[in-house]
Amino acid sequence: MDFDFSDEQRMLKDSVGQLITDRYDFEHRKKYMKEPAGYSRAQWEQYAEMGLLGLPFDEQYGGTGYADGGPVETMIVMEAFGRGLVLEPYFATVILGGGLVNLGGNNAQRAAILPKIADGSLLMAFAHSEVQSRYDLADVATTAKRDADGWILDGEKSFVVHGNCADTLVVSARIAGERSSRDGIALFLVDAKAPGVSRDSYETQDGIRAARINLAGVKARSNDSLGDPGKALPLIERVTDMALTAVAAEAVGAMSAAHEITLDYLRTRKQFGVAIGSFQVLQHRAVDILVSLEQARSMVYYATMMVNDPEPAERSKAVSAATVQIRRSGKFIGQQVVQLHGGIGMTLEYKIGHYFKRLTAMESLLGDTDHHLAAVARAGGLIEAHL
Amino acid sequence: MDLRYTTDEIKFRDEIREFFRTALPAPIRRKMELGQRLSKEDTVTWQRILNAKGWAVPSWPVEWGGTDWGPVKTFIFKEEMQLAPAPDPLSFNVSMVGPVLIAFGTDEQKHHFLPRVANLDYWFCQGFSEPGAGSDLASLRTSAQRDGDHFVVNGQKIWTSRAHHADWMFCLVRTRSEGKPQTGISYLLIEVKTPGLTIRPIHTIDGEHHCNEVFFDNVRVPVENIVGEENKGWSYAKYLLGHERVGIARIGIAKYRIQRAKALAAEVMVGDTPLSQTERFREKVAAIEIELKALEITQMRVVANAVHLPPGAPDPTSSILKLKGTELQQATTEILMEVAGAHAMIRQPEHLWGTATEPSIGPEWAATSAADYFYTRAASIYGGSNEIQKNVIAKRILGL
Repeated sequence: MDFDFSDEQRMLKDSVGQLITDRYDFEHRKKYMKEPAGYSRAQWEQYAEMGLLGLPFDEQYGGTGYADGGPVETMIVMEAFGRGLVLEPYFATVILGGGLVNLGGNNAQRAAILPKIADGSLLMAFAHSEVQSRYDLADVATTAKRDADGWILDGEKSFVVHGNCADTLVVSARIAGERSSRDGIALFLVDAKAPGVSRDSYETQDGIRAARINLAGVKARSNDSLGDPGKALPLIERVTDMALTAVAAEAVGAMSAAHEITLDYLRTRKQFGVAIGSFQVLQHRAVDILVSLEQARSMVYYATMMVNDPEPAERSKAVSAATVQIRRSGKFIGQQVVQLHGGIGMTLEYKIGHYFKRLTAMESLLGDTDHHLAAVARAGGLIEAHL
Repeated sequence: MDLRYTTDEIKFRDEIREFFRTALPAPIRRKMELGQRLSKEDTVTWQRILNAKGWAVPSWPVEWGGTDWGPVKTFIFKEEMQLAPAPDPLSFNVSMVGPVLIAFGTDEQKHHFLPRVANLDYWFCQGFSEPGAGSDLASLRTSAQRDGDHFVVNGQKIWTSRAHHADWMFCLVRTRSEGKPQTGISYLLIEVKTPGLTIRPIHTIDGEHHCNEVFFDNVRVPVENIVGEENKGWSYAKYLLGHERVGIARIGIAKYRIQRAKALAAEVMVGDTPLSQTERFREKVAAIEIELKALEITQMRVVANAVHLPPGAPDPTSSILKLKGTELQQATTEILMEVAGAHAMIRQPEHLWGTATEPSIGPEWAATSAADYFYTRAASIYGGSNEIQKNVIAKRILGL
């Protein structure tokens, strides 16, 4: 048992941390949001230069080449991004799109896509969630029908994170079965500019860009399918677990930054002639935040340790358990840091409210607390019954 | 970073587990399983079995009968002991007076007391709280005045757990009334049978006798029974705060209760469905299990970090463990009581003591569940209430 980072991991933590400190303060972030795609292109190139965009991939595909895909390194990067409320499409491109191609694609697909992700020249998004599907990963109404050269895709994806700027989409579609059947789902690589693809870009509550993507008779070639058509759900579930783990680390980064900002405020804001942090009721609230944060951090470690578990049921149960803790902590901390700031917590001109908004947006990403709690309960919980 | 146990740690765990499986006397195990109260003899018997094996005081230095396990293995040991389920060794001896004597006692005191403390030849109780000094412990007023080769002690202690079993008390007394209250306190070892010392039971809300009032009426204590320097007792008592890092969250006991609650809930029917299969119950238990898993990892982080701290250095994070740990102790006794349903409310003390000759009304395990629930409310009060813990965290960790 060992919670220490290796020297390389510590260097990664320092360099990404430094980058966020130097280039991602609140003023920078406001500027980045005003760029055309809603994030900083220069930052993206910087991430590529630092090797962050190829972090989970093999060296032959331009990646870093961690034997285990670098879950601890991903955690380190995502936590730093959470601290800075980073806007770039790392989650959509590297974790989701890159993850699906890396784990589900054939060698030709990997060779075509992963090096371009790693060098920053290709953006991706996962077009999966539909307006009726809520958090059911198997609920796919978009269809793929066979035609002479491949497949014809029809349907609508309502919530595609960074779908606004993606060059290549991974689109889920049903080739057989009922709407929520586990069998019959396929994944296709689709050029975002292909005929029949249209997208309405929008901003989410936390300032991230996303899109609704409509697919009307979009052609996909047979060799654009990731893995066996009809058998994609286990891959979707695995990459979703990786994404939940990454976003858990991001949430803990946001929580710990919000906690620190709030402590500063408690130490400096004066009322009744003294720092408000001298009031016991506020001290105890700050302690409750700390406890909640540390519990969340522990569960990020747990998910990070379990995300490569060879047994999918164990992996998903652990990630759902971690997600419940992270979501609960995120909600509590987000609400309390606004409360402790009083009026200043309510203004868009101050950063703390933006942490609250980001934490709130992360609460429902890939399943909310109730969804994941039910999943843990259904799976029999974490402790076995024993007399 | 690797959160799994190493092969060596797993081998160690299996060895420990096997020992507990074979060495724990069956009647004690049965009482522990049913949540029954242990007699003084049960506690003494078990601690002596551990001591014979060399495992009664694993955190002590090897020269005083401890082990060289280090924090991770000590943690494994405690967790396995709680899961066995075996009684904890007497914490007043093992975790409180022992470490203070090791750090601040004279050679004579160490040689005389430590072997007897480890073997439970001497049962120690803690004389800290007073009617007017609870959370504000430093305001204690029980006085000790020097008279030749003795201190003469007068005053009163309260909430003294298991004083009625004790041979000795480690006691905070006021030896100076000038200056800051903290600077006039001394740490005395008082033999319970000394004339002038009387003990009166307090029955707690579980109906049981754990706690006592202790009165001192000109109790004469030889001066050689002071630990460390006169008027420095407060720092010796504080030394223990944050010192106990390993096992403070008592994860093993909470886990054990969850294991049982889930198994017992399978025997309780709600209409045609076992309680364990109802959605409400499953989600409620899952929510506790998740917090418990988080706390387990938080505990492991503290344990792993202990390797980087000088021996004995306090880790204020242990206050977090106390805070969350007690909440989960309470949540798990609550869930067991809820599984028992209305049967929990039938007061059947002879089933709590294991002396019943008649079968219980309702399942036997249900008969102890309310007592555990009621008594475990004390967990967030003793050893510094959770509100005091929050004050400590706010000051020492958050710098507020």
